Parts: sequence; C-alpha cells; structure tokens
Amino acid sequence: MAVLVQRPQTVDFSVSKVLRFLRKQTPAPSYLFLIPMAVFSMLPIVYVISTAFKPLEELLLFPPPFLVRRPTLDNFQDLLLATNALAVPFTRYLFNSIFVVLTTVLLQVMMCSMCAYPLSKARVLPGRNFIFGMIVAALMFAPQVTRIPQYLVVQKIGLIDTYGALILPALAWSYGLFMMKQFMDNAVPNELIEAARVDGAHEWTIFWKIVMPNVAPAWNTLLIFGFIQLWNDSFSPLVFTRSEAMKTVSVAMISLTNGPAAIARQGAQAAAAFLMTAPTITVFLLRQAKVIQTMAHSGIKS
Amino acid sequence: MAVRTEVMTSRGMVSTAARPEGLALFWQKFGTSYLFMAPFLIFFAVFVVAPVLTAVYLSFTYFNVLEAPRFIGWSNYKLLFLEDDVFIIAIANTLTFAIITGPVGFFLSFMFAWLINPLKLKTPLALCFYAPSITGAVAMGVVWKIVFSGDRYGYLNNWLLGIGVIDEPYQFLAEQAAIMPVIMFVALWMSMGTGFLVFLAGLQTVPSDLYEAGKMDGIKNPLQEVWYITLPMIKPQLLFGSVMAVVAGFSVFEVATSLAGLPSPLYAGHTIVAHMYDFAFIRFEMGYATTVAVFLFLLTFGLGRLLMRMFSSKNEY
Repeated sequence: MAVLVQRPQTVDFSVSKVLRFLRKQTPAPSYLFLIPMAVFSMLPIVYVISTAFKPLEELLLFPPPFLVRRPTLDNFQDLLLATNALAVPFTRYLFNSIFVVLTTVLLQVMMCSMCAYPLSKARVLPGRNFIFGMIVAALMFAPQVTRIPQYLVVQKIGLIDTYGALILPALAWSYGLFMMKQFMDNAVPNELIEAARVDGAHEWTIFWKIVMPNVAPAWNTLLIFGFIQLWNDSFSPLVFTRSEAMKTVSVAMISLTNGPAAIARQGAQAAAAFLMTAPTITVFLLRQAKVIQTMAHSGIKS
Repeated sequence: MAVRTEVMTSRGMVSTAARPEGLALFWQKFGTSYLFMAPFLIFFAVFVVAPVLTAVYLSFTYFNVLEAPRFIGWSNYKLLFLEDDVFIIAIANTLTFAIITGPVGFFLSFMFAWLINPLKLKTPLALCFYAPSITGAVAMGVVWKIVFSGDRYGYLNNWLLGIGVIDEPYQFLAEQAAIMPVIMFVALWMSMGTGFLVFLAGLQTVPSDLYEAGKMDGIKNPLQEVWYITLPMIKPQLLFGSVMAVVAGFSVFEVATSLAGLPSPLYAGHTIVAHMYDFAFIRFEMGYATTVAVFLFLLTFGLGRLLMRMFSSKNEY
C-alpha cells in the first residue's frame, strides 16, 4: 500500500496537478480553457441567429459581416409574404413536421429500448449474437446506397405519399438500438433485475420500473438525436411523398429558398434557417437538462 | 395426449400440453424476450435487411434505374479494382481522413465530455460543443466557405494578408495540398456530435459512490480516477463512440463535397462515398454504385469487429 501511495505523489507535480487544477477544485481555469473553445464551436448558431435579423443591405455585402449591425424583423415579414405564395398553407407543413417527427421519435425510442432489453439482460436468448451482429452490421452500411432499394420496398408496400412512408422506415433505427443496448449493459446492474425476477415481477414491469429509469440519460439523448435528425431530414419527404399536402417544413424551406426568386429572398432564407434551427435548440436544451438531472433519480445501484 | 389445444403463436401452429414440451417450452422460456424484440425486428427486416440484401444483389448487375437490373457477375468488382483509378484516389483520401479524424475526434469528444461533466454550466457548454452538429449543413455551406474563400475577402486570407504571412490569397479550397487538411479541420470541429453526447450521458450513469470508494482504495489523482473508474464504467459507451467514429470516418462525404465540390479539383477531396454518390445519383449507374457500397461495408465491418473485440463488454471488473 505504501508503495502505491508513494508513486502518485511524484506524478502529482505534473500532469495530474494540471488536471485537478482544470477540474473540481477550481473550476475557473477549466472555464478559461473551455469557454473560448465553446465560443469557437458555437459560431454557426451565432451566425444563423444574427443573419436572420440582418437588413437586406447587410445580407448582400461580401464578405458578409459576421454579426448583425442594425437588427430588423424585415426578414420574418418577407418569409410570411413568401409562404403566402405556397400551394398549401404553411401551417400544413408545420403540422406534418410536428406530427411525423413526434410520432416517429417516440416510437423509435420505445422500440429500440424494448428490443435492447432482452438483448442486454435476458439470461439465455437463442439467436442473440446473430441478431445483434446483424444490427451492428447494418450500422456499417452507407445509408446513401440503401436509399434506392429502400424506395423500392416502400413503393412495393404501397406506402408512397402516406404518413406511413415518413414514419415506418425510420423506425428501424439500428443506431438507437445499439446505443440503448450499450447503456443497459453497464448502467443497469444484473443483480437488480435478478432480484426483481425472484420477487416474481413481470418482465414488462421490470422494463418500465427498473430498466428505463436507470437508462434515462440514454433515452433522453436518443430523443435529441432522433428529433434533430428527423426535423432536418428533407430526403424522405422529397422522395417518399408526392402531393404538396404531405410535405414537411424542411421541404417547404428548400422550395422557398431554391426557387427562381431565391436571390430576391435572401432575407426570407435567413429567417427560414433561423426558424428551422430554433426548435432543435429548444429540444436540445430541454432534453439535455434532463440527461444531466437524471443522476439524482437513478440512484439505485448495486 | 388427451388435453391438447392448438394455439397460434408467431411460429405457427403449436400444440401445447399440460406439461409444455418442444416448441411450447421454447415459447414459454423465451417468448417474452421475442415479443419485446418483435416490433423492432419486423421493421428492421423490412426496411433495413431487405434493402441491404437488394443492394448486395444489385452490385452484381448493371442497373440504371430505368430498365430492370441485368445480371453481369463480377464485372463491377473487376472494374472497380483493376480499372478505376479515381477509386484508388478515393480510397487513399478516405483512409487518410479516417485514420486522423477518427481517433482525434474520439479523444476530443471524450476529453470535452469529461471536462464539462463536473461543471455547473454543463448544459449551455454542451449546447455550444454540439452546435456544429445541429446546424451542420448551414454551417458548412455558409460559414466555412467564407472563412476559406480563395479571394482576399475570405476571412482567413484577409487575416493572413493583414498580418503579412502571405502576399496573395491562397486557394484553400482549390489547391490540391490544402483540400484534405481543410476538410479534416472542419470535420474535427464538427466531431463533437454523437460520441460527445453519448459520453456525457454515459458519465451520468457512473455512480458517485464509486469515486468515493476509489479514494478510499488509494486513488490519488484524476488521471488514475479516469483510468481505473471512469473508463471501465463507460466502456459500452466508448465502444459505441468508436464504432460511430469509424463509420463516420469512412463514410465522410458531406463535409468533403460541400467544401471542395463534386468532383473536387484533381479529385483531391474525393472520398469513397463521394465516388458512390457520383455513380448513383449523377450517372445513375446504381449497379456500380452498390459495388462501391459493398466494398465500403466490408471495410468498416471488419474494423467494427476489431473494435468490438478490443472493447468487448464482458464485465471483467
């Protein structure tokens, strides 16, 4: 023991001292290092927000000034005017987006968690390695190429131009399943589950009452990933739906900003980018705060 | 044999007796597990397995989307390895990219997650680091193109001219030597995505009493704490992060094409997925495109298996 205590002391003057300095004891130096990095990495959001409030003459400058000088709400008015020219009311796109994204995200997280539970915690499960192996393999297949065969499948089932085409293919989220399983492996002690099984608890109860609360950081993180990915996705609605009434906000943004009048609509474009980003940031802040809070609630540990 | 009833299960007609045997016993033991997995697996089979298998089949065909695929055997593969010089460039670029940004991005993600975890302001800081992933496309297209713009109005050129490092604007996005480094730089800036958030969530699941216990057992400094407690406790997340880093590294595409264009000058920013995209959606040679995809799949899958072995999540502590 004495030897063990001796050695770290010599290290203490170099790396570890710096590290400790950077962490708990004195958070200030940590902030000094992190805040410049954070600012650097936050540039795009700052740019998107500030551009949305730029008057036209600032938008047309080159190189564009990074920050807005005379903020104005003109761009949002411009966007309102531009959306009036759309084939269906803007609220329709908004409804489609919200409906599709929320339904998909909730089902995705639910299905991934349910499937991950036996894969991670069943004592014996014939075919476990095969199933998990396939899911990991699916992660490695470049999504760009499965898109065409996926279109053929969606078409064959007759889902084209339905909400089903937007929701159902997204439910096979190998990525979410892989992540859930990884969390369950370590974050939920086997002893806890065994104890509940001995007490005669139904598997469904164990899943809801023990497993899910313990992996709350995981599914909150998945909600963030899922929401951002689906909200920004314009590929599925473009390819899987035909009628204008089935399109989502992300597609409406493209037609607003890529149309023949796109140059005249620089302002509307900036406002649109801002409005596309705002919900994702909100969701991020709401769920990430939960990820960080959950520690206190999931205190049940072996 | 007297009291037998026919029961429908997902495995077809099965007879159940008073004492379950055979399939019924199997169902009784594992049925619940399979019911839990069924919803996901059904969608997985229809929307992932079927399309992937179709893609593998298409790699042996000539398929231009308009006509039905025509089986041509190994021709696509022969063409790919023996005659396609651009593909060799794509492999070289992708490997350079993956070997550098993969490990560095992985390490940075963990370091930042670990550094901000004990801090009070971690949610806003997490937002800042995750920001490039939220605004991905917008940021790359708009912000970085202006920064690296080849004329004297580009932010970087403007600044370098101002302090006198260079005399005339440097073509960051057109010079062969500069394209890959610029792409890698932007990719690293964007790398605080998935891995970063997953590590941050993983750190939340490490019980704090473990750290207390560690202190009693003679852990003296944060470095030992990370090595002996934190890393083993978040091993499953590390595996996830590393697999995602490999996949992201080898399927680099959007960063490269949005900065350098498709095709890029002298193919200096050409990657495997860019090559595939070129054939799939520009030339509509789907058969050949899927051949590239299958090659990429075998490559990343092999590496993924290697990582699984390295981080094998058996509880050995």
